[in-house]
Amino acid sequence: MAFINQHLLTLILFFPVLAAAVVLCLPNRNLKAIRWTAFGLSMVPFLLTILLWVQFKAGQAGFQFQEQASWYAAIHSTFHVGVDGLSLTMVLLTTLLTPVALLASFNVTDRLKAYMFLFLLLETGMLGVFLSLDLLIFFVFWEIGLVPMYFLINQWGSEKGEREIWKGVKVQSRNYASLKFIIFTMGGSLGLLLAIQMLGVLFQNYDLPVLYQKWNSLTTGTLLGLPVETVKTVAFWAFVIAFAIKVPVWPFHTWLPDAHTEAPTAGSMILAGVLLKLGAYGFLRLVLPLYPVESARYAGWLAFLAVMAIIFGAFAAYGQKDFKRLVAYSSVNHMGFVLLGIAAAAKAAGTINATIALNGAVLQMFNHGLSAAGMFFLVGVIYERTHTRNLEDFGGLFPLVPIYGGILIFTSMASLGLPGLNGFVSEFLVVRGSWPILTLYTAIAMIGLLFTGAYVLKGVKNVLQGPMNEHWGEGEHKITEINMREIFVMAPLMTLILVIGVYPAWILDVINKAMMMLFH
Amino acid sequence: MHFPFLSIIVFTPLVAALIILLYKPEQKKAIRITALSAAVFALAMSLWVYFTYDKVAVGYQFIEKYNWMPALGISLHFGVDGMSAPLVLLTGVVMVTGVMISWGIDDRPREFFAFLFILASGVFGVFASLDLFMLFFFYEIAVFPMYLLISIWGWIKTREYAAMKLTLYLFIGSVVSMIGALVMYWTSGMHTFDMLVLETAKFTPTFQKIWFLPVFLGFAILGGIFPFHNWSPDGHVAAPTAVSMFHAGVLMKLGAFAALRVGIMLLPQGAIFWAPLIMGLALVNIVYGAFIASVQTDFKYVIGFSSVSHMGLVMMGFATLTPEGLTGAGVQMFSHGIMTALFFAAVGMVYDRAHTRQIPELGGMIKPLPLVGIGVIVGSLVSMGMPGFSGFIAEFPIFMGMWKTHALVAIIAAISIVVTASYVLLVVRRVFFGKMPEALEGHIAPIRNLDKIALVLLMTLMIGIGLFPALIVPWVQTGVQHILALLGGA
Amino acid sequence: MAAILPILPEILLLVLGILILIIDPFLKRDTSRRPFLGWFSAGGLLFILAVSLLLARPTAPVLVFGGMLRFDWLGFGFKMFFVFAAGVTTLFFMDTDHLNRRAEAYLLLIAATLGMCLMASSADLVMLYLAIETTSIPLYLLAGFLKEDDKSTEAGFKYMLFGALTSAVLLYGFSLIYGFTGKTGLYDLSTNFSTFNVVAVGIIFLVLAGLAFKVSLFPFHFWAPDVYEGAPTPVAGFLSTASKAAGFAVLIRLFTAVFPAISSDWSLILAVLATLTMTVGNLIALAQKSIKRMLAYSSIAHAGYAMIGVVAFSKLGIASVVFYLIGYVLTNLLAFGIVGIVGRLTGSDDFQAYSGLSRRNPTLGLAALVAFLSLAGMPPFVGFVAKFFVFSAAIEAGWVWLAIVGVLNSIVGLYYYLNVLKYVYLYRMEDQDEEHHPLKVSGTVVIALVILVIGILLLGSLFGPWFGFATKAAMSMF
Repeated sequence: MAFINQHLLTLILFFPVLAAAVVLCLPNRNLKAIRWTAFGLSMVPFLLTILLWVQFKAGQAGFQFQEQASWYAAIHSTFHVGVDGLSLTMVLLTTLLTPVALLASFNVTDRLKAYMFLFLLLETGMLGVFLSLDLLIFFVFWEIGLVPMYFLINQWGSEKGEREIWKGVKVQSRNYASLKFIIFTMGGSLGLLLAIQMLGVLFQNYDLPVLYQKWNSLTTGTLLGLPVETVKTVAFWAFVIAFAIKVPVWPFHTWLPDAHTEAPTAGSMILAGVLLKLGAYGFLRLVLPLYPVESARYAGWLAFLAVMAIIFGAFAAYGQKDFKRLVAYSSVNHMGFVLLGIAAAAKAAGTINATIALNGAVLQMFNHGLSAAGMFFLVGVIYERTHTRNLEDFGGLFPLVPIYGGILIFTSMASLGLPGLNGFVSEFLVVRGSWPILTLYTAIAMIGLLFTGAYVLKGVKNVLQGPMNEHWGEGEHKITEINMREIFVMAPLMTLILVIGVYPAWILDVINKAMMMLFH
Repeated sequence: MHFPFLSIIVFTPLVAALIILLYKPEQKKAIRITALSAAVFALAMSLWVYFTYDKVAVGYQFIEKYNWMPALGISLHFGVDGMSAPLVLLTGVVMVTGVMISWGIDDRPREFFAFLFILASGVFGVFASLDLFMLFFFYEIAVFPMYLLISIWGWIKTREYAAMKLTLYLFIGSVVSMIGALVMYWTSGMHTFDMLVLETAKFTPTFQKIWFLPVFLGFAILGGIFPFHNWSPDGHVAAPTAVSMFHAGVLMKLGAFAALRVGIMLLPQGAIFWAPLIMGLALVNIVYGAFIASVQTDFKYVIGFSSVSHMGLVMMGFATLTPEGLTGAGVQMFSHGIMTALFFAAVGMVYDRAHTRQIPELGGMIKPLPLVGIGVIVGSLVSMGMPGFSGFIAEFPIFMGMWKTHALVAIIAAISIVVTASYVLLVVRRVFFGKMPEALEGHIAPIRNLDKIALVLLMTLMIGIGLFPALIVPWVQTGVQHILALLGGA
Repeated sequence: MAAILPILPEILLLVLGILILIIDPFLKRDTSRRPFLGWFSAGGLLFILAVSLLLARPTAPVLVFGGMLRFDWLGFGFKMFFVFAAGVTTLFFMDTDHLNRRAEAYLLLIAATLGMCLMASSADLVMLYLAIETTSIPLYLLAGFLKEDDKSTEAGFKYMLFGALTSAVLLYGFSLIYGFTGKTGLYDLSTNFSTFNVVAVGIIFLVLAGLAFKVSLFPFHFWAPDVYEGAPTPVAGFLSTASKAAGFAVLIRLFTAVFPAISSDWSLILAVLATLTMTVGNLIALAQKSIKRMLAYSSIAHAGYAMIGVVAFSKLGIASVVFYLIGYVLTNLLAFGIVGIVGRLTGSDDFQAYSGLSRRNPTLGLAALVAFLSLAGMPPFVGFVAKFFVFSAAIEAGWVWLAIVGVLNSIVGLYYYLNVLKYVYLYRMEDQDEEHHPLKVSGTVVIALVILVIGILLLGSLFGPWFGFATKAAMSMF
């Protein structure tokens, strides 16, 4: 037991790799064995995370369960992991959503082994980002996570659809989307890579706690022939762009609608559920602590971009005919709130409003993870039955699939921010926290909130309400009800959505204590 | 003096070549088995040398010295340091995998393996030489078999042209360096070709500044430095698979390594003076190579130009003259060697079955050749410096070195990362995924077991180093320390 | 007894020649091959080589026979190589139609060898001239030996005409020397030529003209391609190697004995000549379609490379020339030997005849590989070491530009030598049916080829003792 406790984070981090190796050894044809082995083994990190949660001491300063081992000694990088309240929340989200997504993938039949293998590797990549306390290791896991997702979209994404790129050359949509995803993100991380290299060269160290202290105490003098301030500003924007692409922040969001739409259902769940949070996490873990001065200075810009994301995301979602694309844009919309909270906190660091805004932001990260995953899954459910995602093809399905309808409405309301469900709590906190700090931006964001409601309701209406589309009513295209497995996928999500909506204290407490200490 | 490991490693391929030449041309199986046994033996020896190398001790190890011609100070002098030990190992690996991949050569395998092994001896000899005369001796031995191997067993369309171009370019490079080396020999007044002694020669700064450039560039031509890289893509494409593996995997490292040993280590002040120029040329290699690779339609040309780009990183690492840059360069030589050997092996396997290397004519290869596809995917990830693989371990410190010397260079070079990622992913997708063209349906036979072993071996090395840099970095670091001492004392 | 040791090789050669003359009438004339003569000659030459090495080695340099000859390592070394070259050439003779039946051929070869031995150790102007003529006249006859072949007759005639002309020029130069100094002993003359005046210039030019012909240095090289092409191939081989080496021996001796004081002046002249020789030889070789002519121009170029060592004019320089010539003799004999074999078996000397050679006879292909790569200067063959030391000597003496010229020329050379290998290894016969057209090579030739290949490899790798010997020869000059 002591061993598990001492190496809890490493176990959580690398168990999925072990699981992937086990899956690889299973026979190709036995789909059932592959599915259940993968799902079963993916529950282990989740259980370990619960163990972690229970043992975590919320009010304690600094990182807990730290582990450090030598890795690339020549350039002073070590394998250093640890959790605080922020990363713990994200780890919980990841280890929860992965089994859920694997359960959702039970209908995949093509090359299932490779699919599961990649998914499990992806989990390690994401966990690594959340757990690492060494800047180089952070980058390593950041990049590693891109590859499985690239292949998941590329190989198991929607087969239909073509995009025309220049000179009339047509490519499959999923190819276009996956390449855009990886190149966009890698391109964005270039700036991050360069800035990390610079920091490493400067301080001969990549350890985050060390860097926090040293980088912040470097305020005067020149660096590379330029004044420190200029270098810090450039590095700040390099970091910001890399994370802004991931979040995604308008106008760097253009990869997202394609990637989310073309990805397989479970891929979209994880993409929206966790991958986007990596960007926001980057803001909280790296940008704010390393660049407090620049963050405060440019908070207005960030807030502007956040508001644009909220509004344009909402407008774009409203105009969609493709259900999945609608949900994709809703991610842009919801993550805008996260960034708004971060911007507000940056501007007024250390004040209580900042803390409230941050609480909201982090909780929104968790909540959006749940609701987005749920929404994408539900889109997948109906796609599997009808083989279309076009909203105009549906209509009045509620009587045909009442249980599905009920779940869809529930989840949509969470997305909309209905009080009593989780979305409301986080959005409220963000708005409450940002209002005193960035009043104008918050006010405009509220307008965006209005349109959030609009698109959610539009989506629900087009699918469930209105005159029934006879096509799905009977005959060979008769739509079937949601089955037990699918309900089991949605159940944990819905439970958490409700619990957080009604009783958020269990998680808010952890987040709050962590956020209060963020600026120290 | 202890067991002569290095002499055995150097001369085993030569002896094997002579034995192979004694077989009758029809005894193809015996020839192949002899070749493989010799290669495995050499690999085993080089593994032993690598893993018993003392990483704490300073200086060269496994030293052997036999007087060859005392009148002029020529001796058969072998030894390895932290930089050359991994390269000796690399040669062993490429030799073994090259023989495995060439199992199917049916046209005069006797001569093929004999020439290949003469080449291998030459390569081992250069890496292990601590005598300047012997370095050139073995260097030239490594050049002429390339001509024969490419022109006889290469791709019919360009083999004559490419072989002649390659041989002449390399010969020109080596004789230019040789003149420089001879001038160094006489100017030092020490009447010895022993490089350990020459390291202590006090050449005047002016002398070093004048002669560094011809000596360094002469060797760097074999390393593919711009603007003398022209021979490399054509040579790669025209060569038969195992020769391409040797060429890109080991031979280009030979050039870079010799440039380091003779240029930088013996003329340190010249190196410091000319470093900005070398950095500039290497930068062109890195970025230009990547762009040119991205517009190629022949699969092998893509890899050929990508080699030019990656060797640019090696030379950039050297030119930074920093511990990080030199460490990265040392790792990159090994990592790129393995990666490119894998790529060419894979291309060879595809070409042997599809009889085309044009990317638009290929597709869907992952179904009949799954292991090849996975190998290429791993190779691609190494190529774009994806963390978790050896490419990242190599490239990251090189970039750190760039930062230390000239930040702008690092920023420009970073462009190549994205360009590389995009073309490599596109090529992989077009060749291995998607729909297989009808012309190829049913013609793609699976690969041999030996091919599988070769691919797995190469992949394991790349992933192993990516996850555990401690498998190679400590070795390289000891070598780097020595180089820095020479530079510092300059 | 000890008195004749300095000329033991020459005496034994004379005896051998006479024996051949005597034996010849007793052998049947109607057999198509008369191997006995050949084996006898080769055996005899081997015997001479062994005996001389055992008994007649020099110690300190000493003038003998009234100052006619100098018994030193340079002369001795060259003599041994002439005998060796003659022996190998005899083996090739045995494989060549029209030459193998005729005792005269072997006799002429031995006579020429005798003359060369005298050339190498001559220390007197008169003796020198005598030796040169003794060498040249049999060679004129050998070049034109194939009576029925027009080309051979033309070659012999051309050779004789040009040879006679340049001999006359040489003699005129010698007479001028005698006229101005009153002495004919080479080792007495150095004091007379301590300044670079008009007389010295004139004499040097005249002497150089004569010797340059022998050595085929630019601009006295133009006879070589035609003569080599027309002469029977083994003869061409012998001409291009031993005869050239003899010329170099004389050059070395003359310049170190008579003109050392003004070395800096004539060195420049020689350097320019060497440059032109190398360049002209290499560039024109590029354009050749007949392999024999190509080898002729290549031989011209090699004379240029060797000359670089003379220009350096140091112990290392002379040693490198001696070593170069040794290596060159081995390599060129091998090259011409192969050309001779293929010429006889396919009836042609064009490059086309070599297509697919490596498939028709893989061993012959490998021999060709060794020969041409050694000519190109690639390790582990002697050509590499030889060039390395020659360039090394040049740089030591400060002639860096000359070394660079040599290096650039080597690159050109590599191109056309590789071209030959392209035909041997890559190109195929028209019907691609090499298996049914094998080239069978006779036993004598195989022996010769093996000896030469081993020699090339041996001197290319374990060159220490051989270069040591060359150094000894050089030391005896200073």
